[in-house]
Amino acid sequence: MKHVLGAVRRSFQPWNDPGAKPFIEFRGVSKRFGSFAAVDGQTLTIYEREFFALLGPSGCGKTTLLRMLAGFEQPSEGTILLEGRDLAGVPPHKRPVNMMFQSYALFPHLTVENNIAFGLKQDRLPRAEIRDRVAEMLRLVRLEGFGKRKPDQLSGGQRQPVALARALAKRPKVLLLDEPLAALDKKLREETQFELINLQETLGLTFVIVTHDQEEAMTVADRIAVMNHGRIVQIATPAEIYEAPRTRYVADFIGSVNIFGGTVEPADGAAVALAGEDGFALRVANGAQRPPQGAPAWIAIRPEKVRISHEPPPDPARNAVAGEVWDIAYLGDMSIYNVRLASGKIVRASLLNAFRTVERPISWEDKVWLSWADDAGVLLAE
Amino acid sequence: MRRMGFFNLAALALGFGFLYLPIVILIIYSFNASRLVTVWGGFSTQWYVAMLHNGQLLDAAWVTLRVALLSATLATVLGTMAAIALVRRGRFAGRTLFSGMVAAPLVMPDVIIGLSLLLLFVAIGFDRGFWTVVIAHTTVTMCFVAVVVQSRLASFDFSLEEAALDLGAPPIKAFFLVTLPVIFPAVAAGWMLAFTLSLDDLVIASFTTGPGATTLPMRIYSQVRLGVTPEINAVSTVLVGIVTAAVIGASLFTWIRARREKRPAA
Repeated sequence: MKHVLGAVRRSFQPWNDPGAKPFIEFRGVSKRFGSFAAVDGQTLTIYEREFFALLGPSGCGKTTLLRMLAGFEQPSEGTILLEGRDLAGVPPHKRPVNMMFQSYALFPHLTVENNIAFGLKQDRLPRAEIRDRVAEMLRLVRLEGFGKRKPDQLSGGQRQPVALARALAKRPKVLLLDEPLAALDKKLREETQFELINLQETLGLTFVIVTHDQEEAMTVADRIAVMNHGRIVQIATPAEIYEAPRTRYVADFIGSVNIFGGTVEPADGAAVALAGEDGFALRVANGAQRPPQGAPAWIAIRPEKVRISHEPPPDPARNAVAGEVWDIAYLGDMSIYNVRLASGKIVRASLLNAFRTVERPISWEDKVWLSWADDAGVLLAE
Repeated sequence: MRRMGFFNLAALALGFGFLYLPIVILIIYSFNASRLVTVWGGFSTQWYVAMLHNGQLLDAAWVTLRVALLSATLATVLGTMAAIALVRRGRFAGRTLFSGMVAAPLVMPDVIIGLSLLLLFVAIGFDRGFWTVVIAHTTVTMCFVAVVVQSRLASFDFSLEEAALDLGAPPIKAFFLVTLPVIFPAVAAGWMLAFTLSLDDLVIASFTTGPGATTLPMRIYSQVRLGVTPEINAVSTVLVGIVTAAVIGASLFTWIRARREKRPAA
């Protein structure tokens, strides 16, 4: 069963299908508070059954975007559509979306059961159905037996599933999650991320999550919109965002990265050559972009794609530079080497600790060579 | 526990003596058989009987009670609304001014408030009586309610209200189902405060009242001017009893609530 779901998931790419019907659409949406633009003319399409993440630092406008979808904020410009229907003028209590709040916002005067039943009671469902649905929700989030408790009789880790169950009880078309796991400790957060994925697959709902945690976004989402200063910088799958960031901002925000600047030189064949700022030649083979000769450009290389060795690489003329080991961080599963170049720049290389060995082949203050393949880096024009 | 030193004990005795000795004397003399307030003539409950047969006094008590109930309730509704407007709608024009103006009557002398209200009622030709006292007391006690509720709302998580809206409750319903129950202790405390303030107000009531609407403090005051009778002591003792019962009741209420909420998550 799990395998089948995985297979379905792999082929789930409505954003690549020109015939796919958009589920949620933001069309040129802006939100201004006075002269400050929290969201600045953004267009975004989310598809049905997608797990979509809005990722960015605090104040980038991701929460405002979510709150406009929930109806708590009105866009200053532009339209938001859900299943082709304009949401303008539809108050929050009439929108078929439910939200899980960062603070959980559990009603302190109501029991867990009554918290979950709150939305169902607003719909005036028959009492028996409400009871069944509450029981079903408690089972879904594995909190059977906690129904009669008040929120302040629960631990933080137990409150989170209650908030989730309450938001899911009405079977909304879209579930909005505002930093849903920020209050949990690391281990619980990781477990809950996988539970969220399973839940979303089981229920077949559209989830939109807001987070500042790039690992969380990468783990749960089908696609990620990286935001900065009220603008969406890139929308892509986690793998694309990581391996093919469009700008230095995205490359730097997601994971760790080494960025080398340079000027574009005449190149042979498919590669772009750069005269690097740090005194060595750079070559990039991938990317459709061809910046004009003489233009500034940058190359981003992930630490795990940098080879580190005592011997010089076979072709020391390209994508190779010598340095001195400055710092080593042993993380168990891998080790991170910070290598200082002659220019003073620190370059990070990581090495998987695939073998059980306590000895380090490379040690502090060793003279080492760093090198990488032509297709390991990403060419960035901005 | 640390033993209290002599100085602390003395301070405690003096403080409490200063606070409660007059009241204790008043209560004791309400059971005095003698007509003279200052001479003990043996135990008697005759003044309580007399009090119950004093129509004027009973009328005044009834007026006071109605004024206090009505004005406290009105003040609670208006004060809570003002507090919500001030805390939630954070950015409206003139918020600071409005906020200050709500609190101003807290420090305004009663005489000024009474006089200004009297002038207003005269100017608009409003017949003075029961309703003018109610309006006056509502005006004055509203700000106390607003201040109490405002301080509670400052720590209120408004995402609770948003959650209620999000789950399909219209704004009014969200307020009554979620916001009000959560801030209820503060609203109740505000009501209680307004009620007691109205109950014992003499100055503002004297300015704004008219024929047929004499409150108990006014009646007591006017009787005392003719000489203190043990009957007044009896009335006062009953008032002290009511207030004490209310305070004990309120403490019990909060104590039971706190105990229920602190019940360990087993």
